Amino acid sequence: MILKKKELNRELKNFTINFGPQHPAAHGVLRLILELDGEVIERADPHIGLLHRGTEKLIEYKTYLQALPYFDRLDYVSMMAQEHTYSLAVEKIGNIQIPRRAQILRVLFAEITRILNHLLAVGCHAMDVGAMTPFMWAFEEREKLMEFYERVSGARMHAAYIRPGGVSADIPLGFLDDVHLFAAQFNYRLDEMEEMLTDNRIWKERLVDIGVVPYKKALEWGLSGVMLRGSGVSWDLRKTQPYEIYSELDFSIPIGNSGDCYDRYLIRIEEMRQSLKIIQESISLIEEGPVKTTNYKVSPPSRTLMKNSMEAVIHHFKFYTEGLVLPFGETYTATEAPKGEFGVYLVSNNTERPYRCKIKAPGFGHLQILNDMAKGHMIADVVTIIGTQDIVFGEIDR
Amino acid sequence: MKIKFFKSVGNIIPILSSLSICDEQCFVVSYKKLLIALRCLKLHINYQYNLLSCISGVDLLHSRYRFGVIYDLLSITYNSRIRVKVFINETTSVDSTVDIFYNANWWEREIWDLYGIYFNKHPDLRRILTDYGFEGYPMRKDFPLSGYVELRYSQNKKRIIVEPLELTQDFRYFNFETPW
Repeated sequence: MILKKKELNRELKNFTINFGPQHPAAHGVLRLILELDGEVIERADPHIGLLHRGTEKLIEYKTYLQALPYFDRLDYVSMMAQEHTYSLAVEKIGNIQIPRRAQILRVLFAEITRILNHLLAVGCHAMDVGAMTPFMWAFEEREKLMEFYERVSGARMHAAYIRPGGVSADIPLGFLDDVHLFAAQFNYRLDEMEEMLTDNRIWKERLVDIGVVPYKKALEWGLSGVMLRGSGVSWDLRKTQPYEIYSELDFSIPIGNSGDCYDRYLIRIEEMRQSLKIIQESISLIEEGPVKTTNYKVSPPSRTLMKNSMEAVIHHFKFYTEGLVLPFGETYTATEAPKGEFGVYLVSNNTERPYRCKIKAPGFGHLQILNDMAKGHMIADVVTIIGTQDIVFGEIDR
Repeated sequence: MKIKFFKSVGNIIPILSSLSICDEQCFVVSYKKLLIALRCLKLHINYQYNLLSCISGVDLLHSRYRFGVIYDLLSITYNSRIRVKVFINETTSVDSTVDIFYNANWWEREIWDLYGIYFNKHPDLRRILTDYGFEGYPMRKDFPLSGYVELRYSQNKKRIIVEPLELTQDFRYFNFETPW
């Protein structure tokens, strides 16, 4: 008996594959359940939480100074940017003024961090798409920058350097000369990387018109940072809600016009060049002075002072045992981290520990809309889109 | 001018109270009027708060209303931020704002996962950060820092098993009664 075509009940289910947690292109631990129609993606469902370390809960049990290293480890490729946001939030509640030298050093390191992050983003993105060499070159530049981190704080990556009250220690002698030497040769390194990628036909074919974010959708989807600027929205927190000394600096922000991956790549390269400009300017602006606020309830006194003065000993003791005490208050402070708008919602209750510290990571908002960005594209494009969103699981899962 | 701008918010949305803390404006809204308030703030021509930055949950253990859900909004046209707070107790559920702000999806899932606050009419409310078989709401203040269970690989059963917690050392929590 032959079944006629109309008697066959066909039930089509999409082919589901697991773009598993252990994958070289998944940028960390991302479990992506993809429902496919052939090679084209119908639905992408990210499962996150595989790197959840309970950071917010742990912060509630630590003092403000002890909670600071948690922020380094959130977005572990751009470390000082998160410390910076946290320190700004604590200073806002406590109404703490920091000296000018500390502000300039913070901006200097924030921009070094931005270059660090974009080098990794572009390098790893290129490697995921297939180009191996820019990754190697980018990481060599990162090594030079991590040497700066190490000289100033002792640690290559997680430098608990930017603290509430200023900066933890002054920069060593000769440091700014070396930063200037780095900045002088970095433009040529960027040119080399660009020569490899920007006009490359294969790169353009892989990136143009992939993961397009239209202008209206960019706001509706709640994006921030490079994702927003790629679609044409002119929004950069360093210009619109300036903090530290950004209002005095002269730099421009690149804006894309078609919202695809290629635009975002070009924006990141240009942002690195602008960061270089900011670094040169802040080296010339730097002036003599203290690097920590002199309010010893907020930052510890220097060791010389501690060994000579009784009040300084008491302040030292109280600061390192109990910690700084913030009055009742709450704040949502956001800065332009390299990945987007990194926000810290801090609630304090007049004790030495934060009552609630909510971390708003830009990657969390970006990964949400992976489904909308990847619809209609193919599996290889998912890798491109994850790379262009600059996903780092430390900040998404916290 | 900014103060007048914020005082007039009470004219368009039904607020219970407003507060200005650390140069930021917060408005407390009843949970029944939440959707109206957020929709007005998003669509009204003078406010246009169309970017949702963050939704946070707070556990205020010793208050009349135990949980707070806090919406941080940003207006790109007017370059200002605003905070809308809703206070609920353990048995009430809040309406989901996914229709108004598309990116509220995962933020609400996170609050459901970590606090146990249910969002009505959410398209896909399931766990997002905790482990697949996790029980309990970790961010609540009565949930201990070390949790109740620990996982280990059992050689006998050749898989990961869940056992009650065993700590070798007590958790040291220093309480400072400071007279200053």
